[in-house]
Amino acid sequence: MGRKIKLLEIAHARSGDKGDTANIGLIALKPEYYPILVEKVTAERVKEHFAGICFGDVERFELPNLGALNFLLHKSLGGGGTVSLKTDAQGKTYAAALLRMEIEIDA
Amino acid sequence: MKIIRIANGQGFWGDSLEAPAQQVERGPIDYLGLDYLAEITMSIMQKQRSRDPRQGYARDFIPLLERILPACVERNIKVIANAGGVNPQACRDAALEAARKLGLSGKVRISIVAGDDIMDRLDDLLSRGIELRNLDTDEPLQTVREQVQSANIYFGAWPIVEALRQGAQIIITGRCTDTGLTLAPMIYEFNWAEDDWDKLAAGTIAGHIVECGAQCTGGNCQVDWETIPDMANIGYPIVEASEDGVFVITKHEGTGGRINSAVVKEQIMYEMGDPRSYITPDCIADFTTIQLQDEARDRVRVYGIKGRPATEFYKVSISYSSGYKAVGSLVYAWPDAYKKARAADRILRQRLDSLGLRFDEILTEFVGANACHGPLAGEPSPDIAEVVFRIGVRSNNRVDVERFTREIAPLVLNGPPTVTGFAGGRPKVEEIVAYWPALIPKSEAQAVVQVTEA
Repeated sequence: MGRKIKLLEIAHARSGDKGDTANIGLIALKPEYYPILVEKVTAERVKEHFAGICFGDVERFELPNLGALNFLLHKSLGGGGTVSLKTDAQGKTYAAALLRMEIEIDA
Repeated sequence: MKIIRIANGQGFWGDSLEAPAQQVERGPIDYLGLDYLAEITMSIMQKQRSRDPRQGYARDFIPLLERILPACVERNIKVIANAGGVNPQACRDAALEAARKLGLSGKVRISIVAGDDIMDRLDDLLSRGIELRNLDTDEPLQTVREQVQSANIYFGAWPIVEALRQGAQIIITGRCTDTGLTLAPMIYEFNWAEDDWDKLAAGTIAGHIVECGAQCTGGNCQVDWETIPDMANIGYPIVEASEDGVFVITKHEGTGGRINSAVVKEQIMYEMGDPRSYITPDCIADFTTIQLQDEARDRVRVYGIKGRPATEFYKVSISYSSGYKAVGSLVYAWPDAYKKARAADRILRQRLDSLGLRFDEILTEFVGANACHGPLAGEPSPDIAEVVFRIGVRSNNRVDVERFTREIAPLVLNGPPTVTGFAGGRPKVEEIVAYWPALIPKSEAQAVVQVTEA
């Protein structure tokens, strides 16, 4: 029997930019939450979550030493840097946007 | 075991003016690193230098030096800053003058690290088949050659090490990596070799952790941010480094902020890219080997780091002009703030279209509703108190962008009601200076180190 939670309950995050790519680091709040992130927060799910924001590929990297995942969201910053017209041209609020994601966990 | 304390006083050009002085005044440090160069800063400085050959460096650095130099000389604190911009020589000259005015003649050696500026060498490089292809798009630089405004190589730690070995106390560089500012003192003090990959990686990661200033001492920290003590007096970070590559992240006693594993992890993840291969001129660092330990309050020990050999290339930061943009905004208040803002957008777009204005992009955002998180924010509450209607355009045609800027204010009188937030005046047309990252073989680059005594 599962229940839905937001990633905000089990993780914290920070984001930044490199050109038109947003870099989002997702960190488990406790070591025991890391396997849940690895299982549930796939690159595909992140791409779905950022529909309408991310128009390129999403890459995922694992850092078990830190209990963290790193995501690169290509083509997600309106051209990025000085080219972009966005308020958040550097993706600094994207970390929080990822924490909105809902996953189902065993209660 | 010998410990050296390397402080970061500035995470970017525009960071706290007080932080560098605070680092010098609030406790013991051995080195102070300062970052003055964002990606496009060089193009601004090139323009300044072309108007006046004695400009082209970060002018803010000189008043700071005037403030901290006596203490630095007295306590043998060495300052390393990339404030040189495209004119490290002029920056050094101004620094020498400041030192002399402070009565420090004969007491301080100021060095520059130059040779990073390859603006004058571009055509020669291109003619010899060094194409400087864009790392993101793979296009050769030739496609934007006429629009190039600056071109600088990212040197790493080693030229700074050379300056330290020649007795420099104030080191002014042009473009160099932020991590190099922290790694160089470690190499110098501990005599690390060019192929001590694990130690170089450790110093690089230390530099990555502190390169954004307070972002590793509680600033922009998402976890438990509300309980972070005394943020008004946040302490900037200090690396306590040892010969074996193990280091501690800490800050001065009595300053605000918080340093623990969670905070440090957030900064480690910041703009990291591929964690196994964090590439710098000095080594490739493997972030998947980092181990953290909360040693004590506001002290995190970092150890276990491994690295791999550096590549054969330096990264080159090139800037080029790429059109124009302008962004305007108006504020709409309750009732129906969101509806009114959207109506204003439709009306404005229709007018722009009727005027025959064409743009490469028109972007509308509603700040307060969904500008940051887009579709993830959902629909705003119908009772939302106010919304900022923000609209931007981009085009190679400056005239069209200029005309757009004149279409915002009229909406106040001839558009939807309950509108304000126009007192800032007409938005400015901004020339876009875009960034072109490329690679150059290391064999093509030669850093120049010069030391001068005040």
